[in-house]
Amino acid sequence: MKSFTYERAKSPAEAATAVARTQGAKFIAGGTNLLDLMKLQIETPAHLIDVNGLALDKIEPTSDGGLRIGALVRNTDLAADPRVRQDYALLSRALLAGASGQLRNKATTAGNLLQRTRCPYFYDTNQPCNKRQPGSGCAAIGGITRQHAVIGTSDACIATHPSDMAVAMRALDATVETVRPDAAARRIPIAEFYRLPGDTPQIETVLQPGELITAVALPKPVGGTHVYHKVRDRASYAFALISVGAVVQRDGTGRVALGGVAHMPWRVEAAEAAMPRGAKAVTAQLLAGAKPTHENAFKLPLVERTLGAIMAQARS
Amino acid sequence: MRFDTPATANPIDQLKIIGQPVDRIDGPPKTTGTAPYAYERHDAVPNPAYGFVVGSAIPKGRIASINLDDAKAAPGVLAIVTALNAGKLGKGPRNTAMLLGGPDIEHYHQAVAVVVAETFEQARAAAHLVQVRYVKADGQYDLAGAKNSAAKPDHGKPDTAVGDFAGAFAAAPVQHDETYTTPDHSHAMMEPHASMAAWDGNKLTLWTSNQMIDWGVGDLALTLGIPKENVRLISPYIGGGFGSKLFLRTDAVLAALGARASGRPVKLALTRPFIANNTTHRPATIQRIRIGATPDGRITAIGHETWSGDLPGGRPEDAIQQTRLLYAGANRMTATRLAVLDLPEGNAMRAPGEASGLMALEIAMDEMAEKLRIDPIAFRVMNDTQVDPEEPQRPFSQRHLTECFRIGAERFGWDNRLRQPGRVRDGNWLVGTGVAAAFRNSPVITSGARVRLDGRGTVTVETDMTDIGTGSYTIIAQTAAEMMGVPLDKVVVRLGDSSFPASAGSGGQWGANSSTAGVYAACVKLREAVARKLGLNAADAVFADGQVRSGDRSVPLVQAASDAELVAEDAIEFGNLATTHQISTFGAHFVEVGVDAATAEIRVRRMLAVCSGGRILNPKSARSQVIGAMTMGVGAALMEELAVDKRRGFFVNHDLAGYEVAVHADIPHQDVIFLDEADPMSSPMKAKGIGELGICGVAAAVANAIYNATGVRVRNYPVTLDKLLDRLPGVG
Repeated sequence: MKSFTYERAKSPAEAATAVARTQGAKFIAGGTNLLDLMKLQIETPAHLIDVNGLALDKIEPTSDGGLRIGALVRNTDLAADPRVRQDYALLSRALLAGASGQLRNKATTAGNLLQRTRCPYFYDTNQPCNKRQPGSGCAAIGGITRQHAVIGTSDACIATHPSDMAVAMRALDATVETVRPDAAARRIPIAEFYRLPGDTPQIETVLQPGELITAVALPKPVGGTHVYHKVRDRASYAFALISVGAVVQRDGTGRVALGGVAHMPWRVEAAEAAMPRGAKAVTAQLLAGAKPTHENAFKLPLVERTLGAIMAQARS
Repeated sequence: MRFDTPATANPIDQLKIIGQPVDRIDGPPKTTGTAPYAYERHDAVPNPAYGFVVGSAIPKGRIASINLDDAKAAPGVLAIVTALNAGKLGKGPRNTAMLLGGPDIEHYHQAVAVVVAETFEQARAAAHLVQVRYVKADGQYDLAGAKNSAAKPDHGKPDTAVGDFAGAFAAAPVQHDETYTTPDHSHAMMEPHASMAAWDGNKLTLWTSNQMIDWGVGDLALTLGIPKENVRLISPYIGGGFGSKLFLRTDAVLAALGARASGRPVKLALTRPFIANNTTHRPATIQRIRIGATPDGRITAIGHETWSGDLPGGRPEDAIQQTRLLYAGANRMTATRLAVLDLPEGNAMRAPGEASGLMALEIAMDEMAEKLRIDPIAFRVMNDTQVDPEEPQRPFSQRHLTECFRIGAERFGWDNRLRQPGRVRDGNWLVGTGVAAAFRNSPVITSGARVRLDGRGTVTVETDMTDIGTGSYTIIAQTAAEMMGVPLDKVVVRLGDSSFPASAGSGGQWGANSSTAGVYAACVKLREAVARKLGLNAADAVFADGQVRSGDRSVPLVQAASDAELVAEDAIEFGNLATTHQISTFGAHFVEVGVDAATAEIRVRRMLAVCSGGRILNPKSARSQVIGAMTMGVGAALMEELAVDKRRGFFVNHDLAGYEVAVHADIPHQDVIFLDEADPMSSPMKAKGIGELGICGVAAAVANAIYNATGVRVRNYPVTLDKLLDRLPGVG
């Protein structure tokens, strides 16, 4: 861990100004990911702006019948919120499938969206990694890749995004609300929030330097049966091999988002039109153009089978 | 005390305290955080400095240069030790690679420097400023690729042969010939390797976490080039070891060197991401097993070959060990081959040899039973043997394997099982059951202890025996209480200090039996001293209820120490009973699994172990040992694998996010049954070991249950869902 300076911000505007003032500054909220990465010297911020004091910890109804979730709402509180459990059960289930009770008590909504990959080569500073050290190469390609992405990859990076919550947010069409250092607020649909690795895998979202997430808004509930199936080698406390978040309506239509397959939560709206025709048809479109490795090719049939089971479960 | 004839009746047989499921006496301090571990000995030295280790960034090659300028100039740095300024270092006989590398690099994350600073954070920050320039060399990191170059190891018996294996196998009406693989495993114990070192002149005290105190003292002295009597190790509490702390490791050596260089006591713990590649691991194996049998199920030929790899000068994983003893068969062979690999050092992990060997052998037995259309338990029972199959004149001291299967089958409901795979479904789950034999030898090692009786009637036991979470404190207290006729709360046990008599230590499941036998021996001496002091006849004195009775006299025990403390010391030394007899432990593991019909996720539903391990000294701590071992066996079956990057030469998943072990949610229901027995050939305690028996065979029982659930036979561990997926029925 490199030495860093630290301050507590009292308002979103103040936080945004503070981060613009100092080169290499970062926001810190729950710290469940950032502090680990700092200890390993993967992240080396010169300055931390603690945003925990900002009053962004409320879950409130929106005027259009949705919910606005403050950036600092802890994962535990979000999963337990009665409105979330009733109307956005997919979100609650995805949250509870992730991490541990202790981590969920600390981890925040915004921080969860911004977690960094769990690629083991990213975590080992002796190894080349374009995400950690742009231009150094990708040690994962040709290496141990069972956990890695199968679609949307590039020659520079095959890492996955590790979040479960983000998969649910993607399926639920969440909007990320931010404030920039110049005090301008903006609303970013989650479909446009994450970036594929391309040749700049170190840039993971469309957030601009110093831009602070203030809330995540959910549109009004869509009904249907909400299922989140996280597939993993052990029953708890493991990152997904793949996960499937789905909302299935009575008529067989619905939506599907995947975790553990790409650099971002993966959803192809066009594929959802095939839902009444079954999992095979959906998966064919959802994962069209996938380029798995020898070690993770199983993820393709696994997605199809998991989705098939979810759709069968929703029907019954 | 020399133990060279079978034990007869002795005070332990009273079983008033021994054999009772008493709570562990170290439980309250451990659960209240008041049992200090090595890194927490804030009381022991004032003002310690902190060490942080720099590990090699390459797997093989040499250091071209090291630049310490930036690191030395960093805040708080007191000293930096590398091979260039450490002085001449030796190497203990139990270490393969140097614990401080340079200029030669033998494996990834081999220590190349330790930075000592005022605070942990300063040491860590400065360690990142150490600039090492390496010259990489080519290495061999792929066991399968190195298999053909594997040679006979220098030690042990690389080849065994009885009868005519080749002829008998070729002639066998039913044959099985398959190859199995097990991956590298990490111990993943909870407490990392940690030490605190302080020098007083040329004398070194090391608070550490080590299973084998006497080995540690000797190897540390040898490594530092100082006399053994100048080294003291203190390791009263150990947060798990599983073999990772059998040997001297980097933390101890670099804490000592850092303390010498800085003139300050130094604390040093290995960080979790460093442990997998810096320390030791259970080596991967490739195993070929051939079994030939008659149509009615008699084994006529059994052959087991194993290949593993290690650094030059290292040792093989002895995976054939159990095959020499477990089943009958007139024609037999084993072969052990060792390849040179430039991965980190392979070494002992819980039940070295048998744990890996049974992972393969007990799948092979299941496969053979299926070929023969015989129930897998019946097949094993049919080939049971009461004598060493290689030397039929040599009997087992006791062997109750068949009883383990019989009792287990009844308790588990084995008879309801459908032998044909893939036939049982429970909702989304394909359900199956499997069984495997457990087998582990029960070695014994010389073990000493000192026992004191003071003026308050307190009996204090001192031995350098360790408690690695196993319950040593408690069974030693029970032994002393039983021998001296006092309640448990009148016994104080002090462990893990090299100033105490050398014990067997904790490893190879020899600890419980050997160390309590050593305490028994010391107590026999103390009883004699007490009787002498009280003017009683030692031969017929009965020690009970705080009294010593002989004839019609009964004197309070405490009276013997009324004017001065009585002290007795002895060691148990074992004769040749373990040569004339084969002393082993046995068991049967039963497992039920569910396999998700869509995703192929595998979840254990229930487990049962039936264990035959001699007298059980404390059924509560023994059960805890076995359920822990069963859990570890589930890990080996389903998830544990150090993933080798064969290009870059290291274990990639080197933290506990990447190296998955079983968690609570994976283990819904476990049951353990101990056979009620006592083995007079093993020691005066008539006990054996169970801490390693518990893991032996578990993984194969899981794999066999998966086969029964799905009809998919996986011979390459871990059995993960991707190995089943394309063979499961369709979804929807």
